[in-house]
Formats: sequence, C-alpha cells, structure tokens
Amino acid sequence: MASATEFSVPRSALTPALYRVVARGRETADVVTLWLESLDGERLSFRSGQFNMLSALGVGEVAVSVSGSPSDPGPLRHTVRDVGAVTHALCSCDVGDVIGVRGPFGTDWGVTGNATPHDTVVVAGGIGLAPLRGAVEELAAAQREGAGRVFVLVGAREPDQMVFLDDLAEWEKAGVVVLITVDRPAPGWSGRVGLVTTLLANAGFDARHCRVLICGPEIMMRFTARALNELGVDLASIWVSLERNMQCGLGWCGHCQLGPLLLCRDGPVVNYLEASALMNERER
Amino acid sequence: MRSIDELVAAHPFAAGLNDEHLALVAGCAHNVSLDTDTMLCVEGASADMFYLLRRGHVSIEVHQAGRGPIVIETVGPGDAVGWSWLVPPYRWTFDARAIQPVGALAIDGACLRAKSLEDTTLGFALLSRVTQELLERLQATRVRLLDLYGEPRG
Repeated sequence: MASATEFSVPRSALTPALYRVVARGRETADVVTLWLESLDGERLSFRSGQFNMLSALGVGEVAVSVSGSPSDPGPLRHTVRDVGAVTHALCSCDVGDVIGVRGPFGTDWGVTGNATPHDTVVVAGGIGLAPLRGAVEELAAAQREGAGRVFVLVGAREPDQMVFLDDLAEWEKAGVVVLITVDRPAPGWSGRVGLVTTLLANAGFDARHCRVLICGPEIMMRFTARALNELGVDLASIWVSLERNMQCGLGWCGHCQLGPLLLCRDGPVVNYLEASALMNERER
Repeated sequence: MRSIDELVAAHPFAAGLNDEHLALVAGCAHNVSLDTDTMLCVEGASADMFYLLRRGHVSIEVHQAGRGPIVIETVGPGDAVGWSWLVPPYRWTFDARAIQPVGALAIDGACLRAKSLEDTTLGFALLSRVTQELLERLQATRVRLLDLYGEPRG
C-alpha cells in the first residue's frame, strides 16, 4: 500500500494562490513578462524548468514555465505569449491586477544547485528561451564561480521576435557565449540568418563532455539533437522540454499523457533518450 | 605558415579525403583574405570558383531593385560557398557577400572538374561531400519553411 507521503502534494497544488501583478514588461509584440507577488507574502520555491498553472480569473487556467531564476529574491516571473483566450487575458493584465497561481509543477533542468565543470549548451527557439532563462541565470552565476562554460544559442523567426535581448547582452558581458540567428532578417540586421542548428558547429563547446538543454518547437528540438549527435554529443546528455495539454499539474487527469509519461509530472524536462521516441508519437 | 595542402586537409569539407585526392584539390586552391563587403559570388556571373570558409561569415543574398540585398542565410567557418561551378551553365544563382573579414580557400572549379573527369574516384569523393552539404542546407531550409517559431508555446 502506498504511504501517505507518496500522495502528498504541494500546499497550493489544487487551489490557486492569489498573486498581484507588480510589474509588467513587453518582450515582443505578443510576448509579455509579468512579475508577481503573493497576496499572503509567501515566496514560491521552484527549480529552473518547472511551470505553474496561471489563472486569469474568470477566464481559465494555463501552464506557463517560470522565467525567473530560483536565486532571484524578487517577485515571481512568468513570460507569456498571447496565443489564446487565457494567455490573452494574462498578457492584458496591468500592474495591480490579481491572478491565480498553482504550482510549481514538473521536472526541472537539473542545474539548480548542480554545478558542473563541463560545458553547458542552452539551445532555444523563439519563446523557448523563457523556460530556460532561469537556468541560464544560474549557470552564468556558477560559471563566475569557476564552473563550466555556458553557451546560449537562440533562434527566432525575426529579429523583433527575439525575447530577453537585455538578458542576452548581460549574459554575454558576463562571459557566456551568446549566438543568435533569425529565419527572416529585417533591414539592417547584420547577424546570422539560418536555422539554430547552424550555430552549433562553430560555437566552441566541448561536444564530448557537455550537457545540452533545449527548448523550442519539437521539430526544432529533434533537428538540434540530431545535429548535436553528429557533432559527437551523447544523446543521454541532452534534455528537452516537452509540452502537452497540462491541466491538473499532478499527473491525475491524464490530459498531458505522452506514451508512458504524464508530462505535467514526469516532464516537462525529459532526457532526450526517453523523449526521442515519444516526440514522434502521434496524438490521438 | 601552413601550406595549402595542410589548409585544405584541415577544412571539414575535405575530411576523409585520401592524400592523393587532397593533393589534387590543393592543386586547384589558393588562400584568400577578403574584406568586409567583398562579393564572393554575383548572381548571373561566371561560377568559376568556390570557397571553403576558414574564418568570418558570408551572407547568401538575392538583390531586389529598390529593396537592396535580401539575406537568405549566412554561412561561416567550416562551410562551403558556391555550388554552381558543378553544373552547367556554371553561373551563380545568388550573391555571396563577406559580412566580416573572411579567410577562405578559393578553389578553381574548372580545374577541379577537369581533375574529376580524369580521376572519377576524386569526382565521386567530391560529389559525396557536396551532396552531404547540400542535403544539410536543404533540410535546414525545409525546417525554416515550416515557420516553427509561430507555434504556440507558453
């Protein structure tokens, strides 16, 4: 028989806690970052890569990764893309508005408190940088303390859809190797043009001894993992963030099932060895 | 200073070529340094060279009157620039421009074609490499056509 602790869930797992929007920033035309503080003053403890269920009160609930760093003592940070009714309501929040937060849920990137002497390569496509942002903050801090080098490779459709431009500049200033590329350059763009995989070969990381964290559209993640493998990266060293229809956050409702995984509980961060077959799974 | 033979052998495009083939390719190559904005290829011009990039980046462009150059993709160290030397009518179909100071091996396409006709094993080895690079570019282009970053992701 299972013990009671096996079924224990975080205090806020089923009931949203109320958070006030204390700051709001526009990243791109359809991406907004919200900074949130709990009305009861309690600080949410999380690990980079985990997500919360955010409620636009009276509209609905949606899974959104935390885009802040666990070591950041400031407000809880979420970056949301306006793609539907709930995310539109969240993106439309003003400072002072109250939303619901349940979580944190799911697996993490494994970087929190886990410095390594080896290189870490972070590959993001589009808003896929949001779930990785906290991890990069932690990795950059660890690199300053003597841990392995950090490489951040980012692809976006167009230059004006690149998120966290200030952070990218700060990370580069802090010694992180930052490489960006776009699919469609705008007039005046002097940077790289092409798929994010084209950044891999010359980035300069040690392919034989590195870990790779990837977040973006699944096809992009598959191509990136394949290209990394061709460069000599062990597939077991690659971690991807998978997303399905997260609802309960606890692995109870089954909406986010992908093969044997319930991604709200067993994901979103999954090792590529396990993920590769599942990423080809047709949803029924 | 490294010899042309050594520079060719060190380029990823030549990985796996045997010594005899390396010497044949090196015999058609010379080392070049190109300033920013130098045109490596010009649409419609005779495609008599191709380039193995050693440093710096090159943009593959098409020019549109009234709009200027439209960048299709950029390539960098380890990549090759220019395929039109391989197939008639041997004319460039796109522009290629150095967007940084570029170091490259410039290879005489006519010279290499003639050697490949004489030694078909060289021709096969080169075609295998060209096909590999073309395949990678084609796949990357197809993925870009999917416009993946437009997909919802929270």
